[in-house]
Amino acid sequence: MTTGTTAEQLSATSLLRFATAGSVDDGKSTLVGRLLHDSKSVLADQLEAVELASARRGQEAPDLALLTDGLRAEREQGITIDVAYRYFATPRRRFILADTPGHVQYTRNMVTGASTAELTVILVDARNGVVEQTRRHAALAALLRVPHVVLAVNKMDLADWSEPVFAAIAEEFTAYAASIGVPEITTIPISALVGDNVVSPSANMDWYGGPTILEHLETVPVGSDPGGHPARFPVQYVIRPQTAEHPDYRGYAGQIASGVLRVGDPVTVLPSGLTSTISGIDVLGTPVDVAWAPQSVTLLLGDDLDVSRGDLIAPSDAAPATTQDVEATVCHLHERPLKVGARVLLKHSTRTVKAVVKRLPYRIDLTRGLEHEDEPGEFGVNDIGTVVLRTSEPLPLDAYADSRLTGSFLLIDPADGTTLTAGMAGEAFAARTATAAGDAAGDDEGWDF
Amino acid sequence: MTTVVAVDESTGNPFALSHLDVLESEAVHIFREVAGEFERPVILFSGGKDSIVMLHLALKAFAPAAVPFSLLHVDTGHNFPEVLEYRDRTVAEHSLRLHVASVQDYIDDGRLRERPDGTRNPLQTVPLTEAIQELRFDAVFGGGRRDEEKARAKERVFSLRDEFSQWDPRRQRPELWQLYNGRHAPGEHVRVFPLSNWTELDVWQYIAREGIELPEIYYAHEREVFRRSGMWLTAGDWGGPKDGESVETRLIRYRTVGDMSCTGAVDSDAATIDAVIAEIAASRLTERGATRADDKLSEAAMEDRKREGYF
Repeated sequence: MTTGTTAEQLSATSLLRFATAGSVDDGKSTLVGRLLHDSKSVLADQLEAVELASARRGQEAPDLALLTDGLRAEREQGITIDVAYRYFATPRRRFILADTPGHVQYTRNMVTGASTAELTVILVDARNGVVEQTRRHAALAALLRVPHVVLAVNKMDLADWSEPVFAAIAEEFTAYAASIGVPEITTIPISALVGDNVVSPSANMDWYGGPTILEHLETVPVGSDPGGHPARFPVQYVIRPQTAEHPDYRGYAGQIASGVLRVGDPVTVLPSGLTSTISGIDVLGTPVDVAWAPQSVTLLLGDDLDVSRGDLIAPSDAAPATTQDVEATVCHLHERPLKVGARVLLKHSTRTVKAVVKRLPYRIDLTRGLEHEDEPGEFGVNDIGTVVLRTSEPLPLDAYADSRLTGSFLLIDPADGTTLTAGMAGEAFAARTATAAGDAAGDDEGWDF
Repeated sequence: MTTVVAVDESTGNPFALSHLDVLESEAVHIFREVAGEFERPVILFSGGKDSIVMLHLALKAFAPAAVPFSLLHVDTGHNFPEVLEYRDRTVAEHSLRLHVASVQDYIDDGRLRERPDGTRNPLQTVPLTEAIQELRFDAVFGGGRRDEEKARAKERVFSLRDEFSQWDPRRQRPELWQLYNGRHAPGEHVRVFPLSNWTELDVWQYIAREGIELPEIYYAHEREVFRRSGMWLTAGDWGGPKDGESVETRLIRYRTVGDMSCTGAVDSDAATIDAVIAEIAASRLTERGATRADDKLSEAAMEDRKREGYF
């Protein structure tokens, strides 16, 4: 960020949420440290604190991992135990980085980070190439429908800056990622330690003509095209001022989950099925004619309907079906296992209903080419698999492939409120759906969030 | 340092939103989730810029209706008079209900003891947590941002606290998509941070965009200050200067607003919001590093205070 940038330029930038994934020792901390450092997001007092702490531990050079390992236990053990969120900016864009640890608790943490990410950077060590962890990271990105995936082939300085080494890894990864339905893959050879192709182009790899990591992060398209998807509006809260000035105002507050809403649109309220038209849209107090995802707005309807928190407003000609029988892919997040027969709460957008686990058809082994184990009986922490649930009330559930917000849900333990499981409705992997539907693999239709 | 040139990215996309629009939408979503799911939410309001922005967002989130929350101020007894005046004026203007938990009351009746260093910031935790219990608040909005401090970088948007208000970083609920889990047992509550994803610069840009008024101490002004532990502190009855410390009049402003005993001023001639934004964009120090004495107490000062119930 330069001092010459004006306030207006700064406020007009866009926002990219991205996540990192990498095994222990493949240089993730160094990459994150360099991105933060070179974008001036590590300030003098933070660096001084890291230098002091490193010296106290007897380390010769400042340990950049101390910048990101924020908790006492993490510093004591020298590991990262949880997702942390980092913020940095360039004149072009603001970034929110979900920094996910690479050790044993990776699955649930990476799923958490990837759930809001528009891009994932997967790191591999150029000397090791694509390993089991790399395939797992790619599979998680595919499962969570992260729109953009970057493979950063790190430690090129230890591989003689060799183009054939990079090309072989890039080819193997791209073939695997495409086979499981990752829609867009960019491969970049880097050295996070030396700084090549992270922020500055590499003088050691003149054979590489693509963008640096930062350049790619700055230019990748953000946000989906709201025009290409049907509107979804979960009602969060009913605003009724009942004041002299607004005696009859009855507005439905919420954040548009996908698509575009216009005054005059015929809409259906789910699950009741009642219909009306949009008679007004307020964007935080200001009337407008049109609004789109992810704006938080208030809708006014032409008819007096019974609409409350938990309802979903959708265009009448593109409303989702409602169902009490939910089939989904899940990632189990808690040490307490999820078993067949369990009674849980299901939180979907603004609605929470009772549900029972009818079946656990199979568990997926992400590292072994998506192999299945049938009817495992229960899911343990970090397990990924499919569930069949029966809910107490009908839900307007989209396929996760069509909408990351209205296709996702949580399972919650009704006894103590623990978040147990993250769910994604419908088929898990795009490639499987495509095969079943007879479509070409790699078709990116329907990728949205 | 990068040398990229700013480009117009709105070209061709009629649905582009600026990062401030996206952050605003997200914060409003969080306010409305709490309004929809909790019985007795409250906004922690200190009169500092983050809590002022929180209140502004809440006002927009429920317009044209009133904000369905009351405010809670933990008054350390060492507050800046300009900030208390701002607080009371704002409460009156929007017909809000204000609860005050007073550190001074706790010291006066012996429930808390003054620390030898005179710093009152850590003393806020007890009045805060007792007010939450007594007034039975089940959701407590805080203006904390994850960019402030590395322990805060690990904080959830919805942060479950036990009946002692304790934060356990190892037992946080994973937070996915925009699905916030606010379930809690009786006696427990949830701390909610709608500005989690904002940075100091975002807050200032938003204040500029929305034309939000702030207490004057955020802008450069001449003030009587003295040097302690490398920071300029406001001279006053609260405890300074002491022997060996001398008062001088300097042109300063505050980047954060807290207890006078531990909130340092920065030398600055930034008297307008554009000047403040330019100054922050060029600063080599973080907000807390520049102005907060209590975070320097130990490497894990913030984490330890948060574990005890601090916000």
